[in-house]
Amino acid sequence: MQMPDPSARVIGLKSQLVDRLLAVLPAEAVISDPAETRAYECDGLAAYKCPPLLAVLPSTTQEVSDVLKICHEMDVPVVPRGSGTSLAGGAMPTADSVILGVARLNAVLETDYADRLIRVQSGRTNLSVTGAVEQDGFFYAPDPSSQLACAIAGNIAMNSGGAHCLKYGVTTNNLMGVTMVMMDGTVTEIGGGHLDSGGLDLLGVICGSEGQLGVVTEATLRILPKPEGARPILMGFDSAEVAGQCVSDIIKAGVLPVAIEYMDKLCIEVCEAHAQAGYPLCEALLIVEVEGSPAEIDEQLALIKDIANRHNPVELREAKNADEAGRIWLGRKSAFGAMGQVNDYMCLDGTVPVSKLPEVLRRIGELSKEYGLDVGNVFHAGDGNMHPLILYDANKPGDLEICEALGAEILKLCVEVGGCLTGEHGVGIEKRDLMRVQYTDADLEAQMAIKDVFDPKWLLNPAKVFPLDASAPRRDAA
Amino acid sequence: MTVTSETELCAALRDAKGPLRIQGGGTRPIGKLEMGEVLSTAGLSGVTLYDPGALTIVAKAGTPVAEIEAVLAESGQRLAFEPMDHRHLLGTKGTPTIGAVVAGNISGPRRISVGACRDFLLGVTFVDGAGTLVKNGGRVMKNVTGYDLVKLMCGSYGTLGVLTEVALKVLPIAAASTTLRLDGLSLERAVAAMSAALGSPYDVTGAGHAGGATYVRLEGFGESVRYRAAELTQVLAPFGAAIPCDDDPWHQIREVTALADVPGDVWRISVRPTDAVTLLPMLSATDAVLDWGGGLIWAAVPPGTDVRRHMTRGHATLIRGTGHGPAFHPEPAPVAAITQGLRDRFDPRGILNPGLMT
Repeated sequence: MQMPDPSARVIGLKSQLVDRLLAVLPAEAVISDPAETRAYECDGLAAYKCPPLLAVLPSTTQEVSDVLKICHEMDVPVVPRGSGTSLAGGAMPTADSVILGVARLNAVLETDYADRLIRVQSGRTNLSVTGAVEQDGFFYAPDPSSQLACAIAGNIAMNSGGAHCLKYGVTTNNLMGVTMVMMDGTVTEIGGGHLDSGGLDLLGVICGSEGQLGVVTEATLRILPKPEGARPILMGFDSAEVAGQCVSDIIKAGVLPVAIEYMDKLCIEVCEAHAQAGYPLCEALLIVEVEGSPAEIDEQLALIKDIANRHNPVELREAKNADEAGRIWLGRKSAFGAMGQVNDYMCLDGTVPVSKLPEVLRRIGELSKEYGLDVGNVFHAGDGNMHPLILYDANKPGDLEICEALGAEILKLCVEVGGCLTGEHGVGIEKRDLMRVQYTDADLEAQMAIKDVFDPKWLLNPAKVFPLDASAPRRDAA
Repeated sequence: MTVTSETELCAALRDAKGPLRIQGGGTRPIGKLEMGEVLSTAGLSGVTLYDPGALTIVAKAGTPVAEIEAVLAESGQRLAFEPMDHRHLLGTKGTPTIGAVVAGNISGPRRISVGACRDFLLGVTFVDGAGTLVKNGGRVMKNVTGYDLVKLMCGSYGTLGVLTEVALKVLPIAAASTTLRLDGLSLERAVAAMSAALGSPYDVTGAGHAGGATYVRLEGFGESVRYRAAELTQVLAPFGAAIPCDDDPWHQIREVTALADVPGDVWRISVRPTDAVTLLPMLSATDAVLDWGGGLIWAAVPPGTDVRRHMTRGHATLIRGTGHGPAFHPEPAPVAAITQGLRDRFDPRGILNPGLMT
């Protein structure tokens, strides 16, 4: 993965920068010892590593503002970091950058059940937002699988999704307002406890901008009343085509499950070996979950079973109790971990129109044969967000390169059928150089113009999202 | 001026000599629009793709909303954010278009539950003020590829670019719907009742207050709606006896028909629902309609009243009347600076609906 050459000028500023930062931060919030900065050398995309020049851990919005102001004055790049769980390299530093971690900003500032919102500092973890309101019957809906660790700041940066976004939407649909610090240190409030913007929808642009427009220190989030209950049903089919058709038919029938998850045979086998969830060893498996009271769940599942039966399932298993529900989810939730134990893999994140799932699965199979690497499929079928897992051997010379090439072909296929490169992980460094597959130069120019306005010097997370050659003139000018 | 293709539109904008007024159906003349030649998108019309199994429709910007709703209804689907038709309230004629709905981020009562137009907008194609064609987003429900200009275009009222095509997520039409009504509640009790309903697990898809009555809507499959209506009646018991409505009030709430014949200016105010309780009595309103559980106030006030001097948070837009100040809510300095920066980039010559959003 190519990154720009680090600036010798910036590296030479290190001691001067440390002195200035120590004037605005407590000593323990400035990390400059190379033995300690190494802790920030990568995020969840661990194949690529580079220790930062420094790391800082501010505790207040004012401290974030002070840090950014100093870096802005000294022309030092800043890489914001939530919990470092990005799968796209969104928080990966460069040797000439300061990592700005928001982990110490983790307080709940306000809960308001009448207006159904919570205001938190952005370093708070996703799951602990729900943790703050669940005793009163509420929850925060977006549930990325890293939710135990990932921070709201990172969720906003990447516009994170999750298994249940089919019904509840992704981060941008649940974010009402932010306090954001601009690169020059200006603190600004955008949105709040009300709905929608009175002017341009800047909140919509900030969400998903991968830490390139500002550093969010506080967020107002929509919370929802917890449903009375939920129940999954598991169904197995003897072909991917039929499973894909079944998904489409369920959606057309007017049922809106909270989740429709898909696993193929390769993933089923690995998960079975790992978690013994009792899955049938079939070509394609669906887990469909619906919510409501017991009677409402019965009503919806009856409809779903009707549809499934028309497609001759090899297995149809409804959870009778919490234990059985847990077993149905067990395999799916352990899929990525299980796969990691048997093989090195690369996880893709393209989205395709739901109606194209059968075709795309077939063509992924063909590409897999052509490149000689196995591909497992486990993903959110209801919204077409695929996660093909390409298996490779990290110790075998050349295998990673073949894997990357196959990954690029699969993502091109996603775009070709009307989909996109990334549904929930973000572009980061990982898909940066594929952006032209989806966007023209004019499209990219329009996006980069946004960054020009928010961060004219291109100091915030600069070498991400856009192809390096596309952003080079701006980064070099700054 | 009318254009019939993206190519023509690019040329028209590139060659424009002065300000343009971008128009869909011309049913919503709001904002302090300066003079200029009308550029109509009516010639860019038609559904280009409809995929019911993927809950997606793609249409050219000038497509009448009615045409889209008819196409969706044939497959039992709809625009779930139920966009308002402004003609009744504003006394206008013309044909509302999907592009203008998107340009204004127009959303109705169901916004409180399923989200706004912005939340259903999957992709846009537009031509910026320099005449450059730009695409953003796509037609899939999950897409974090690059910056989200889809949201930026939604609600920008044609000031950053002229929309040529939009892709929207759609939802099934609910099999059944019931509305419960409570009568005679004070403003404070009405908002509290709506908050209680929206804070219950019964999936309320509308909560409004108009003409002395408070309404709460449930939608879904028949048995489920019946069950939830019974449960919700219990939740609302402290506020009085909730009775099922015979007539559907949501059309009236969405179109704000109660204010159509009330003289004076009409403001659209978005606040925290509980803020409505203190704000509304300060506005000297002759009449008002509450939607979104109280979070959306439609207020008819004496001409020239600026409701914003009573507000410390939220935002208000002058929808009908001339007023004296800006029609759109003034922004704090850092936000205004970003907004101006974006306008300078996307419309460097200031020709797209200049003045509209001020």
